[in-house]
Amino acid sequence: MAPVLEVANIKKRFGGINAVDGVSFEVREGEILGIIGPNGCGKSTLFNCILGQLQPSEGEVKLDGRVTTGLRPCDLNRLGVSRTFQLLQIFPKLSVRENLILAAQEHKGTMLSRLFGPRDAGLSAAADQMIDFFKLGALADEPASGLSYGQQKLLDAAMAFMAGPRLVLLDEPAGGVNLTMLANLKDRLKAFNLERGATFVVIEHNMDFVMSLCSRVIVLAEGRLLAEGLPAEVRANPSVIEAYLGH
Amino acid sequence: MAEFLAIVIAGLATGALYALVAVGFTLLWQTSQTINFAQGEFVMLPAFFMLAAMNARLPFWAAILLGFVLSTAILGFAFKRLLVDPMLRHGVLPLAIATMALSTFLKESVKTFYSAEASPFPSLAPTGDLHLFGVAIAWQNIAVLVVAIAAVIGLQFLLAGTSTGRQMQAAAQNPTVARILGVPVERMILYTFLINGALVALASLLITPIYLAKFTNGETLGLAAFIAAIVGGFNQIRGAIAGGLLLGVVDNLAAAYVSTQYRGAIPMILLIAVILFRPAGLLGRPEERTV
Amino acid sequence: MSSRWSRLGLLLALGFLILAPLEFKRYGLYILSQWAVMTIAAMGLNLTLGYAGQVSLAQGAFVGIGAYCAAILTTNGWPLAAAIVLALALGFAIGWLLGYPALRVQHHYLAFVTLAFSTLAFLVFRNEAWLTNGTDGIDGVPRPSVFGLSLKPHLYYYYFCLFVLACVTLAMLGLVRSPWGRAFVALRENPMRALSLGVDTRRYTLMAFALGSALGALSGALYAPLVGLVEPPAFTLTLSLNLLMMVIVGGSGYFLGPFLGALIAVLLPEWLRFLESYYLILYSLLVMGLLIYSPTGLIGIVDRHIVRRRTRAASAARASLSASIEAP
Repeated sequence: MAPVLEVANIKKRFGGINAVDGVSFEVREGEILGIIGPNGCGKSTLFNCILGQLQPSEGEVKLDGRVTTGLRPCDLNRLGVSRTFQLLQIFPKLSVRENLILAAQEHKGTMLSRLFGPRDAGLSAAADQMIDFFKLGALADEPASGLSYGQQKLLDAAMAFMAGPRLVLLDEPAGGVNLTMLANLKDRLKAFNLERGATFVVIEHNMDFVMSLCSRVIVLAEGRLLAEGLPAEVRANPSVIEAYLGH
Repeated sequence: MAEFLAIVIAGLATGALYALVAVGFTLLWQTSQTINFAQGEFVMLPAFFMLAAMNARLPFWAAILLGFVLSTAILGFAFKRLLVDPMLRHGVLPLAIATMALSTFLKESVKTFYSAEASPFPSLAPTGDLHLFGVAIAWQNIAVLVVAIAAVIGLQFLLAGTSTGRQMQAAAQNPTVARILGVPVERMILYTFLINGALVALASLLITPIYLAKFTNGETLGLAAFIAAIVGGFNQIRGAIAGGLLLGVVDNLAAAYVSTQYRGAIPMILLIAVILFRPAGLLGRPEERTV
Repeated sequence: MSSRWSRLGLLLALGFLILAPLEFKRYGLYILSQWAVMTIAAMGLNLTLGYAGQVSLAQGAFVGIGAYCAAILTTNGWPLAAAIVLALALGFAIGWLLGYPALRVQHHYLAFVTLAFSTLAFLVFRNEAWLTNGTDGIDGVPRPSVFGLSLKPHLYYYYFCLFVLACVTLAMLGLVRSPWGRAFVALRENPMRALSLGVDTRRYTLMAFALGSALGALSGALYAPLVGLVEPPAFTLTLSLNLLMMVIVGGSGYFLGPFLGALIAVLLPEWLRFLESYYLILYSLLVMGLLIYSPTGLIGIVDRHIVRRRTRAASAARASLSASIEAP
């Protein structure tokens, strides 16, 4: 069976700098892959190349065996890929429920049917389900700006899950979140992975988060793949330790 | 053939003027994300400074000098301090719209305070033609070409050959890094505004003898400058020059061989063609797609 | 904004719009009809600029296209309804054709494309005399009859314009309240995030521009019988800039912005008529000042004020709550 995501020899040059210098890896269905590496090793650039935010200078991205290099983010999303951002990107003026409806409405019908169809695009029930899943029930009609940072992070993740994606890429989901919320987030991610069989790729700095959540880890340094394997293996790998300590 | 050459050279002269105006426009965009929709009116105005000075009995050379000083001070310094600086925090779009209001303001001010009629403007070049290899080239066009080329070369020398110029380029390409490296970015941005003030004064001096001084001059010039900048490649000075020259030549050729009635449509056709087939412009670098 | 007050305000405004004109004379009716017609064009531009964030400098040209549609058709015996349909279709189609290449590239290229198109449209209006009667324009554009009732009297034609404005308003409300409205909020606030959620920002922006241009043409189709004469100088860049200023001054992105902006743009020249040629100078200065102070226009100022009062009330409530908790 084809892996959900195949990244082949991705390179990204910015002027004279090789931000990503030939990275290849696969993501199998249902797994939670962690990507770690010291600051500036090219993790976010790699994400942006996979997700269509940037055009890779070289290399190929395949989703379920189908080439998707250079597709726009909205097209990728409609093929079943969603993401969260490192810097929180929810819509502060919309309510929590509205944010969630927005997250899935583009998957419902055509543009025309959305113009003349119901106001919520038939998604109120699904949105309520997601609100329950993330335990945001009390805040459903609050403008998103009124949520705490941790709650907003949960909302961000919820939005990524709304359209029932095949593959979710999470960019530092644990950043700036307190311990309780972190445990909550990890719990919800695991649950979503088990219940819906979604595949995750997670970029993270928080080592404990990665080790306890991910089934497999790859390590990037200076734009290249440094190591790959089970969390415990990678943690013990001497070159990985050096890459982190050396910075 | 001789006639064709004459038209091409006239086109190059017009194009050189468009290039001057387009260069200033591109400089402002590069360094401070300012889309100056009043650029055409900026070219229209200095001639009126000079005319007013001559009406006050100043000799031509003094009027020219005064025109340059006023243009740099008002269209360069005051423009930046009074309009651009307060508006930059609101974003690119509101500033662009503010410059649209500015263009109306300048146009109507000239119309009201000076005259709604066209006024003649003295030329630096002698009238008549130079006859070279059987081709009749107007001295006017030669003067324009020579001065414009000299200005562009001077600008290139300034930007690439002097330390200040290189600092300006750094500030334009990457202000954050430039600041870290100790480049006084704010001052560099101010310089680009001052340079634009001087460039438009020069263009005004060269173009007004041909078109006469009228408050409506800014409209066609502005459009030509914008399109020259885009056609050449919005993020390159060289592009603005190339775009201006191309536009001038194509415009003149079309007017002579196609139809004078639809002459004004040429910039539009060129623009659409470039956007469709080569969106980065002729000399532009294909921009990183952020979306 | 407190719903009760705003609902009352709207009812009063509606009452005024329907009843007061019964007392107006020809001049007042003309002003009010102009306002209604310009609001339609401004609403279209608000969709493009306020909701989708793109500058169009061709709205005046689209008004011209609609006006010529109406003038040419009605002076040849066709009903105004046909002209309205044609104007809407042409406006939409041309908007789509212009926007499609322009929005594929970055930067604010649509502004320049529409600027160039504005010039082109004027040239066509002026040069193609076989169609448009050239610089003389088309005179004597008739007002329609509806179910046998002639709309020639100024009062009746005003009510017709008001009726069309009401229809357009309801349609816009429907659009803004639909999932499209949500998509527009997203694409305005955070286009990157919107894209990653599947919102095709390019398609929505193009639609906004095409629809906005169609509304501009519709406005022109109403303008022609109102004024009676359709000639090229009425549809130059100046009109496009005026419409733009209407949206900006009223408040771009706010639903009621165009209504307010059009009102100011139509009334101000009348009140400030003593200023004569200084009017435009003053107006453009005011617009620049307003933009510096409040880029979201007049309604933006009101909105900010309301939000500030609400947050102050909220923090005051929180403060008193915590004080009462801490008190022994």
